[in-house]
Amino acid sequence: MRRRRSTIRDHHAESALFGRRVVVALVIVVAVFGVLLGNMYQLQVTEFQSFQTRSNDNRIKVVPLAPNRGIIYDAKGRILAENRPVLSLEVIPERVQDLEATVARLAALLDISVDELERFERNRKRERRFEQVILLDQLNEHQAAIFAARQHEFPGVSIEARLVRHYPYGESLTHALGYVAKINQRDAQRLKEQGLAANYAATRTIGKLGIEGYYEEQLHGAVGYQQVEVDIHGRSIRTLAIEPPIPGQDLVLEIDIALQQKAQQILGTTRGSIVVMDPRDGAVRAMVSQPSYDPNWFAQGISVAQYRGLLDSIHSPLLNRATQGGYPPASTIKPQLAIVGLEEQTITTDTQIWDPGWFQIKGVNHRYRDWLSWGHGWVNVDTAIVESCDTFFYDLALKLGIDTISEHMVGYGFGERTGIDIGEESAAVMPSRGWKRARFNQPWYAGETVSIGIGQSYWTVTPMQLAVATAVVVNKGTRPVPRLLRSIRDAGIELPAVHEQREPVQLNNPAHWNVALSAMEDVVSGTKGTARTAFRGAPYSSGGKTGTAQVRSIAQDEEYDAEAIAEKYRDNAMYVGYAPADEPEMVIVITAENVMGGGGSVAAPMARELMDFYFKDDTAVVDNAP
Amino acid sequence: MHPDQQRTSILQRLHMDAPLLIALLITAVVSIVTVYSASGEDLGMTQRQAIRVGAAFFAMFVIAQIPLDSVQRWSLPLFSVGIVLLLAVLLVGESSKGAQRWLDLGVITIQPSELMKLAVPMAVAWFISEQGLPPTLRRLAAAFILLLIPVLMIAKQPDLGTSLLIACSGIFVLFLAGMSWKLITFFAVAIGSFTPILWIFLMRDYQRQRVLTFLDPERDPLGAGYQIIQSKIAIGSGGIEGKGWLQGTQSQLEFLPERHTDFIFSVFSEEFGLVGVIGLFLLYGFIIFRGMIIAMRAQRVYQKLLAGSLTLTFFIYVMVNVGMVSGLLPVVGVPLPLISYGGTSMVTLLAGFGLLMAIATNRRLIHA
Repeated sequence: MRRRRSTIRDHHAESALFGRRVVVALVIVVAVFGVLLGNMYQLQVTEFQSFQTRSNDNRIKVVPLAPNRGIIYDAKGRILAENRPVLSLEVIPERVQDLEATVARLAALLDISVDELERFERNRKRERRFEQVILLDQLNEHQAAIFAARQHEFPGVSIEARLVRHYPYGESLTHALGYVAKINQRDAQRLKEQGLAANYAATRTIGKLGIEGYYEEQLHGAVGYQQVEVDIHGRSIRTLAIEPPIPGQDLVLEIDIALQQKAQQILGTTRGSIVVMDPRDGAVRAMVSQPSYDPNWFAQGISVAQYRGLLDSIHSPLLNRATQGGYPPASTIKPQLAIVGLEEQTITTDTQIWDPGWFQIKGVNHRYRDWLSWGHGWVNVDTAIVESCDTFFYDLALKLGIDTISEHMVGYGFGERTGIDIGEESAAVMPSRGWKRARFNQPWYAGETVSIGIGQSYWTVTPMQLAVATAVVVNKGTRPVPRLLRSIRDAGIELPAVHEQREPVQLNNPAHWNVALSAMEDVVSGTKGTARTAFRGAPYSSGGKTGTAQVRSIAQDEEYDAEAIAEKYRDNAMYVGYAPADEPEMVIVITAENVMGGGGSVAAPMARELMDFYFKDDTAVVDNAP
Repeated sequence: MHPDQQRTSILQRLHMDAPLLIALLITAVVSIVTVYSASGEDLGMTQRQAIRVGAAFFAMFVIAQIPLDSVQRWSLPLFSVGIVLLLAVLLVGESSKGAQRWLDLGVITIQPSELMKLAVPMAVAWFISEQGLPPTLRRLAAAFILLLIPVLMIAKQPDLGTSLLIACSGIFVLFLAGMSWKLITFFAVAIGSFTPILWIFLMRDYQRQRVLTFLDPERDPLGAGYQIIQSKIAIGSGGIEGKGWLQGTQSQLEFLPERHTDFIFSVFSEEFGLVGVIGLFLLYGFIIFRGMIIAMRAQRVYQKLLAGSLTLTFFIYVMVNVGMVSGLLPVVGVPLPLISYGGTSMVTLLAGFGLLMAIATNRRLIHA
């Protein structure tokens, strides 16, 4: 049908019809262009004078003003982050006659490095010709004096004072405090999406990590504006009106910088973490992660080489070990595991088992070894915690089963973020059958449950999680959310931070708390306690639990010899503790990576030293800050 | 080798129409020069624009090589794919600036409405050319429905500007096909009476705002009217000779918003004056004229209708953009074709010119 119709088409008539329509269209096109051109003539010729005047009058520009960032204080009012005026050498390319020669002369005069010159070139291409570009970021007094004397030789170049974030305690507090750094493209994009771009119109830096990142909104403040009159080249002549920026709010942290520094000093060059937290409300008094780095590098503009160095370091200084480090908890979780056993009635306080120095699953040849190779003999739940008997907990874990353990442990906060007020936090891993299936698509093996009994296998925790889990036991159920912020200061008014709690752990028999707590006290003060040496003669009562985590599994008949094996395969030493024993006001978590020795010989003495400091004299400052 | 074939130039064998190609290349140069100035001498942006121009010309070149029979055969399938994608956008599209236009396919995000700028005139031209000209009333009615589906879907995103442009591209096919003047008058009246419905039911607040501001820019000189006032100051203060390249104070001092995208014509007018504007109009006029010649010379009805519609749609772009920045039309967010900073519209436009090139050279090869 269709084909027949097309054969009787009159191609000539069709073309003629189309041609007529094209002519009509072209007439319309020409007419429209006529109208457009007529309008352009009207604007550009007839009304030219009027528009030229309006263009020349077009001289009022709105310039945004950056607010001053809020100051951060420690719990005792010492400044942890402030804004310091820094002198920088700035160039307005448009006002410089021969830019290349001028820059070359300045480079020779002030000893400006090649890196800085390259950065200047990059920035110059980005900015408009009549806007200031930084040539030298931080002038020292000497450079400022040299330039000031010869300023008249360099029109278009001037020294400007800007505020730069400064962290007086440097690397002591980096992981808690974080830092500010230049707003990069990703930040700019995010601000745009959140509708905050206008508020950051004049701001150069933004909080990236830690407190600086988490409380960016409070610290930043609100942008101000000034209306300035500009000349024909866009240079401002005078200010017509000003709406001052609203400075950011000041923050007061729970951190005690003296305690923080003491903790850092105790860890020394050992990699690891120390957390001190008030179990009553989750206030974080100290949070150390070693190694650290100087946040001022970022605030002042880190060089590529410096940043590479941090990124590539095998010691991972950028990692906040206190909240992101996933460590096997080792024996530190035996108190909680004992409570689970008692609650599930898998054991009672009278249950005793014989420890020959190893444990075997019935019908399997493999021997799970106790750290005491000749065995603890007859042990009950109390002695098993005090002496840190492995065999008892191998047996208990196997009887409980992984999913029961996992269900209970989630209540203590394992496998969940603690909710501390910094962004860098890991949930670590509380394994279960379902987790292993999802993660590796493999079944769970009974042998793995045995290892769970001593906090090994897939189980990892962050030191902050351990602090919370210890606080739950100490509080007999209440589970605080760790908090770094104590209060916000806004125009003289102190707004206390909200201290939250999570779902408490409720026991069928609350007496089970006391089983764990009394055993933990005996760890410190009992004749066989694993931390008795470290805490001998302490002027305060306390409780705790040691832990020694294997980083590398040891073959069946191999002897562990710390001196003989590579440093990175040495054990992690751990200690969790609290004091005073009757009414605890602090829990402490020590994690020391790859050390010679274990929880009792390395971590417990560290805890002792810090606790001594805490209780001896709150006011003493190890102030090495400028 | 056939003796006649030797006479066909290299350009023709590459399926390029020399006059059109030269005019397009000149426009591309104008674009890069103006973007450099409008971006505040930003070399990065200028470089990106140059790369986009290159990519768009490559797209044009590739499309010009496609045999026209295939183009004709694939008109309806392409249109159908476009409809499916538009449906997907409405269901799962990415939202930006309060409108869903993008579809995230994982690897790339695409804007199906851009595809429809070509697919709609192709489909309508194919549908009309299945019968002889002029089309019967029934066929016209069917063509309208075919056209209305994508137009309404795009209007729903909402992207009124694009939906109206696409409607135009389809209507141009029908007009060129010889739709009777009686019908044209009828539709003109119908659209006139449709305007109140559009205003009350279909337009969003921001669209109404644009129209109100257009009617009286001084009503809100610091808000929505600011753009138009600043744009007119820019154009007017350019005078006959212009302020010179990179010398436009309105644009260089950042009084003019969106100066490298929708308002680039204002920058051009400020810096090159009426003389430059006349030059640009001549360039655009030449491209349109050449496009219509290609349409006239095309052998088949489908090719005639498609070439004519693409050319007239290009003209509408110029008209709407120049009209809006000079205060004759409301600001609807249409870029100045081939000049404004931005990749998507550039690629679509030059893809359209690729079809024109194919149509132009197809005819010659038959004659040769």
